[in-house]
Amino acid sequence: MVFYIFRRFVNYFFLSMIATCLAYIVSSLALDPAAKYYGRNPQPSQQTIENILNGLGVNPDVPVLQRLWDWLVNIVVHGSLGTGVNGVSIGDQIISRAGVSLRLLLIGSLIGAIVGVTLGVWGAVRQYKLSDQVVTYGSYLIFATPTFVIGVLLMIGATALNGAAGMQLITFTGEYSAGLTGSWGELALDRGIHLLLPTIALVLIGAAGYSRYQRSVMLDVLSADFIRTARAKGRSRNSALVRHGVRVALIPMSTFFAYSFGTLVSGSIMLEIVFSFHGMGEFALNAISQNDINAVAGTTLFVAILILFSSTLSEVLYAALDPRVRN
Amino acid sequence: MSLVEETNAELGTPLVPLLPGSPNAPLARPDRPRSRGRLIWRRLTQTSRFWVGAIAIAVILAWALLGPVLYPFDAIERDPLNMGLGPTQLHWFGTNGIGQDLYAQTLVGLQKSLVIGLIAGPLGTMIAAVVGSVAGYLGGAVDRVLVWCINLLLVLPSFILLVILSPLFKGLSWVFLTVFIAGFSWMIMAQVVRSQTRSLRDRDFVKASRYMGVPMHRILGRHIIPNVASLLIIDATLGVVAAILAETSLSYFGFGIRAPDVSLGTLLAEGTSAAVTRPWMFVFPAGVLILTLFAVSLIGDALRDAVDPTSGVNRD
Repeated sequence: MVFYIFRRFVNYFFLSMIATCLAYIVSSLALDPAAKYYGRNPQPSQQTIENILNGLGVNPDVPVLQRLWDWLVNIVVHGSLGTGVNGVSIGDQIISRAGVSLRLLLIGSLIGAIVGVTLGVWGAVRQYKLSDQVVTYGSYLIFATPTFVIGVLLMIGATALNGAAGMQLITFTGEYSAGLTGSWGELALDRGIHLLLPTIALVLIGAAGYSRYQRSVMLDVLSADFIRTARAKGRSRNSALVRHGVRVALIPMSTFFAYSFGTLVSGSIMLEIVFSFHGMGEFALNAISQNDINAVAGTTLFVAILILFSSTLSEVLYAALDPRVRN
Repeated sequence: MSLVEETNAELGTPLVPLLPGSPNAPLARPDRPRSRGRLIWRRLTQTSRFWVGAIAIAVILAWALLGPVLYPFDAIERDPLNMGLGPTQLHWFGTNGIGQDLYAQTLVGLQKSLVIGLIAGPLGTMIAAVVGSVAGYLGGAVDRVLVWCINLLLVLPSFILLVILSPLFKGLSWVFLTVFIAGFSWMIMAQVVRSQTRSLRDRDFVKASRYMGVPMHRILGRHIIPNVASLLIIDATLGVVAAILAETSLSYFGFGIRAPDVSLGTLLAEGTSAAVTRPWMFVFPAGVLILTLFAVSLIGDALRDAVDPTSGVNRD
């Protein structure tokens, strides 16, 4: 089993590294780091611009592959992702922002997966009942709604709620209230409340996808013979459903987790921007608008590592659930 | 009723041979069994979801086309007497801060978003059909390279790739945006088509054509693609939803449609800043967008059930 997971990890590792390199090349071709300096008044001399660009390692006159090689060597030798156009190390900027993004992404996708799987099993067991129909059409409605619209609608709802309550029940702009002082607990509560709306949005998106998939897999399993056998042996209905049904239905789900994680990553990036979090989403947005090649490459590396870990995790889950893989 | 019985009954072949003159004998037998296409069509037209979705989308299309003609204001004209007003009898969806009519703007944005979705969705499916069938049919090294490329494109979320590429289509028209969206939405379907093709490749009718010397492109076009057509139709339908979602999201964050072009995404971006104080600027375009996408996904889902009755909601 360890060998199997290791092999999959190596496979994903190479895929994500090559994807990052391609993203570096594409962003080098698409972005024009010199544009900002030519637009300045007074315009810096050609030599100054060249020096700045060379210092950042983004001079368009140097061949792209040469720059990519330098970038990679810099990562391996110095552990550095280069410097952004604002002169701050990309690695430091990512470290200070990654926590904000990871907090939202991990909490949201975990709760989303649990809620989705539960709703899917419930819908399969109660097929065609009213509750099943409500969940089904609810998830279609969420599929038909862009992520940012869910975020803004939640904001409008929270504002209405605050207005009805006559006080700031739910605060939602930024990660925390600026200038708030108090005990550690009060600050944590403040951050928790700010995290509430984007997390709800991410949970809705995740749960909509997972519940549809889980329901359809679970329906396949429910009509399988081994469930009837388990019942005939004298297992209770719930025990047969959970021990034999859900466990088997989770096997194809584990692959689906890996596939859908990318959707959740881009969803959480959009939500960060909507809720003005200072996370990786804002970082990527600024990087594109400032033509910062190193920052774009750093962002894609960050996303690729996330995908790498989630894919490997789903393989671990797969191997843990399916005994056939282990041998 | 199991699938086999249902299919047989629908094909018009009774399970028990009926004796002539027996009370159960049908009055008129169908001349020939129904084709798969007609079977799917019959199952499709029996689901209420299909009709709800189809009628809704027909109404929305007609509205997007005829609406602007039947309305006195256009999307650019400013009404200085009614700036930042909510919905009134004069301005049905209200006006924005500089007095432009939101009903007219929503219709123009809807047109643009629909055009992009209706082109990019089927275009992505076409790419998937070509790449998937070629990879599955040829096998070997070509297959491995194509599968590897698909996996590579799947590693990074397509939204992030489109954002990175956005400076390339910054100064270009919306047509390029459409092509880019299609270019990043075919990977999963290509994998499905590939695995279907691999099983079709060894069927006798494909082997026979191959040994008769029929060239590959004709085998793919005549035998392989028609056999996965139902999957492709579903994918093209749901692809419209995915493409409109991609377009509105990109435009919302400033990477897609740019001024002076208007799409539902740019309208929503304008509406967001005023979402709390002037909710009509956000709620109406958002409602139209959600309604459109919901209608299309109902059709796509009904199609999926009609093609594969063991999937999704209508399962027995």
